[in-house]
Amino acid sequence: MSGHVHRDDLGSRLGMWLFLVTEMVLFGGLFIGYSYMRYRYPAEFHHGGMELNATLGVINTLVLLTSSLTVVLSIVAVQRAEKQRAMAFLGTTLVLGLTFLVIKSFEWSAKFHHGLYPNSAHLATLPPGEQVFFGLYFTMTGLHGLHVIAGLSVLGVMLWWVATDRIRQDRYIHLENGGLYWHLVDVIWIFLLPLFYLAA
Amino acid sequence: MSGTHAHTPEPSYLVDTGTRKGVLAWLTTTDHKRIGLLYLYSMMTFFFVGVGIGLVMRLVQLTTFQKLVTAQTYNAMFTVHGVIMIFLFVVPGLPAIFGNFFLPILIGAKDVSFPRLNLASWYFFIAGAILAVLSLFTGGGAPDTGWTFYAPFSLKTGTNVSLAVFAAFVLGFSSMLTGINFITTIHRMRAPGMHWFRMPLMCWALYSTAWIQLLATPIVAITLLLVILERFFGIGIFDPSKGGDPLLYQHLFWIYSHPAVYIMILPAMGAISEILPTFAKRPIFGYKAIAFSSMSIAGVGSLVWAHHMFTSGMSGMALMIFSLLTMVVAVPSAIKVFNWVSTLYKGSIDFQPPLLFALTFIFLFCIGGLTGVMQGALAINVHIHDTYFIVGHFHYVMFGGTGMALFAALLYWFPKMFGKMYSKKAIYAAWFPMFIGFNMLYFGMMILGMMGMPRRYYVHLPQFHTMHVVATVGSWFLVLGLVIFFATLIYATVKGEPAEANPWGGVTLEWMIPSPPPLENFETIPTITRGPYHFEPEAKS
Repeated sequence: MSGHVHRDDLGSRLGMWLFLVTEMVLFGGLFIGYSYMRYRYPAEFHHGGMELNATLGVINTLVLLTSSLTVVLSIVAVQRAEKQRAMAFLGTTLVLGLTFLVIKSFEWSAKFHHGLYPNSAHLATLPPGEQVFFGLYFTMTGLHGLHVIAGLSVLGVMLWWVATDRIRQDRYIHLENGGLYWHLVDVIWIFLLPLFYLAA
Repeated sequence: MSGTHAHTPEPSYLVDTGTRKGVLAWLTTTDHKRIGLLYLYSMMTFFFVGVGIGLVMRLVQLTTFQKLVTAQTYNAMFTVHGVIMIFLFVVPGLPAIFGNFFLPILIGAKDVSFPRLNLASWYFFIAGAILAVLSLFTGGGAPDTGWTFYAPFSLKTGTNVSLAVFAAFVLGFSSMLTGINFITTIHRMRAPGMHWFRMPLMCWALYSTAWIQLLATPIVAITLLLVILERFFGIGIFDPSKGGDPLLYQHLFWIYSHPAVYIMILPAMGAISEILPTFAKRPIFGYKAIAFSSMSIAGVGSLVWAHHMFTSGMSGMALMIFSLLTMVVAVPSAIKVFNWVSTLYKGSIDFQPPLLFALTFIFLFCIGGLTGVMQGALAINVHIHDTYFIVGHFHYVMFGGTGMALFAALLYWFPKMFGKMYSKKAIYAAWFPMFIGFNMLYFGMMILGMMGMPRRYYVHLPQFHTMHVVATVGSWFLVLGLVIFFATLIYATVKGEPAEANPWGGVTLEWMIPSPPPLENFETIPTITRGPYHFEPEAKS
C-alpha cells in the first residue's frame, strides 16, 4: 500500500465548496453591514449611488460573466483532450479578468480625482451616510478586487498546468476547483452591482 | 522505542522513515499524528505564557506587589492574556491536537483528506502566533483594548492593535482550514461499515465544531479586517463621527465570538464522551441524544451572540429574544451532562486519572454552565455585567470545562500518543492543589463580582481586598498543580514505562492498534460491524 497516492476527486470538490462557503460568509459580514447602513441612510445611499458610473459597472459585469463562461469552456475542452483550445479559453479568461481590473482602476481613480475616498477633505463635508456609503464601496469592491487578483493567479497556475500536462483528460479536478473559485468571484460581483451601482 | 511492539512490521510514527531526519522531518511532515503533536507542543508553550501573565495579574491585586506593573501594562496584560488563551490555546486546543491525532484513527482512516493543507494550517497557526507576539513589542506597544477589540477605542488607541488583530485574522484562517479538512475527512474517509451513527462521539463533536469554524470564523475575519481598514484608511463604518456605528462592531464580533465558545467546548464534550464509557465499562447512555445535542448546540449557539451586549443598547424585544435563546442552549448542554452521569450509573467503574479529570470537568462545567444561565437572565445580567462574576464564570467554562477536558483527554490518550505511561500517583498529587486552587481563584472572583468588583480594574476598593487575597492565593495552588501535572507528563515522555496497546480497556479503534501507532495507523483498513462502545461482558475469573 505504501507509495499509493490517495486520490479523491469528490472529496477535493467538497473541500472547495466548503471553502467557498467561508468566502460567502466573509462577504456576508459586509452585506450585513451594508443592509444595516442602507436601512439607516436610504437617501444618502441613493445620492452615493448617483456618483457611481453604472455603465462601467454593467460593462464589468458582462466582462466577468463572459470570463466565467470561458472557464467552463476550457474545462470542457480539457475533458475532450483539446489542449490548445483549453489553453486559449483559459487565456481569454485571464485577459477578461485583467480587463475587469483595468476598468475598475479607472473608476477608482476617477473617484479619487473627485476627492471621494475615505478620510478625504471633500468626503468629510458630505453627510455621514454618504461617507459610510463610500467607505463600504471601497471596502467591498476593494476586497472583491483582491479576490479577482487571487482568482487570476490561481487560473494562471492552471494555465501552466494545462500546458505542462499536469491537468489532462483524466485529471482535471484542480481546474474545476479553480473554475469554481472564479465563479464565486463572479457571483459576488453580481451582488455588488445592484447594491452600489444601481442603488440610485 | 520501536522495541515495544517487536512483532509489528510497521515502525511507529515517531521514527523517521522518510529522507528527512530530525527536526526537519517534523517541520515538513504531513502525518496527522505528528501535526497533532506539533500543535500540542506549541500550544502548551503559549498556555504557560498565558498562565504566567495571569499569575502576575493576580499578584498585582495584592497591595505589596501593586508596583510590579504600571496601569498601562496591566491593561496590556489582560489583553494579551485573553488573546493568547483564547486564540492560541482554547479555540484551537482540542480539535487541533486531539482532532488531528485521533479523528482519522477513530473513523478508521490513514490520514485526513488534505494532509498538506493540514500542515499549512499549522504554519498559519504559528505565523499568527508570531505576529501576535510581535504586536507586543513593536509599534505603539502591546494592545490595551481587551481581547474583544471593541470599537471605537480599538480604532483610536495608539497601541499596536492593527498587528494584533491581523494575527487573529491569520489564526482564523488556520481554524477555518482545519474545519474544512475535518468535515471533508468525516464525509469521505470513514472506514467501510463506519456509518454516521457508528462513529465515536468525539467525531460528532469535531464535526459540529468544524461547521461552526466554517460558518462563524469568516465573520470575525471580516470584522477584524474592517478594524484594520478603519485604522489605516478611516473608512468610517464603526466610527460615529462618519456615520458609522460602534454597536455594529459588537454585533459582528460576537456573531463569531459567541459560537467560538462552542468551538471551545464541543470537542471537550466529545473527549468526555469517549472517556466515560471506557472507565465505566459500558456503552455511552443516549448515543444519539449526545450526537444530536452537539449539532443543536452548534445551531442554537449561533443565535445567542447578543447576550454579550445586554447593556450596550438594544431594543427590548431583541433583549428578550436573545435572553430566551441563551437559556435554550442550556437544554442540549444539560442533555449531555445527564447522559454522562447515566453512563456512570451501574457501570463497573475503573477509577483512573483520566476519569478523575473527566469528573472534574463535569463538576466545574456545571458551575460554569449554570452561572451562564444566570447571566442569560436580563435583570441579573445588568447587575453583574462586566464584573468579576463574568470573569469567574467564563474561567469555569473555559478552564474548568475545556481546560480540564483537555487535561483529561491528554491523560487518556497520552499512552497511545507517546507509547509511555505516566506516574498515576503524581497526577493525583497534581489534581489536589489544582482543584482547590481553581475554586479559590474563580469562585472567589464570582463572589467579588456579586459584591460589585468591576473587571479589568488595576486597583480595587478596600472592601474587596480579602477576597482578592483568597483568589490570588488560589492562583498559586492552581499553578503548583499545573507544574506538577506537566512535569509528570514531560518526565513520562522520557523515562516513562512502555505503555500497552490498550491500557484502559477501551473499545474504540485507537485501542486496536499499537502504542504509539504505526505511520499509516492501520495495516489494513478495518471493517466496522457495530457501534463504537460495544463492551464484551467480562469473563468471570
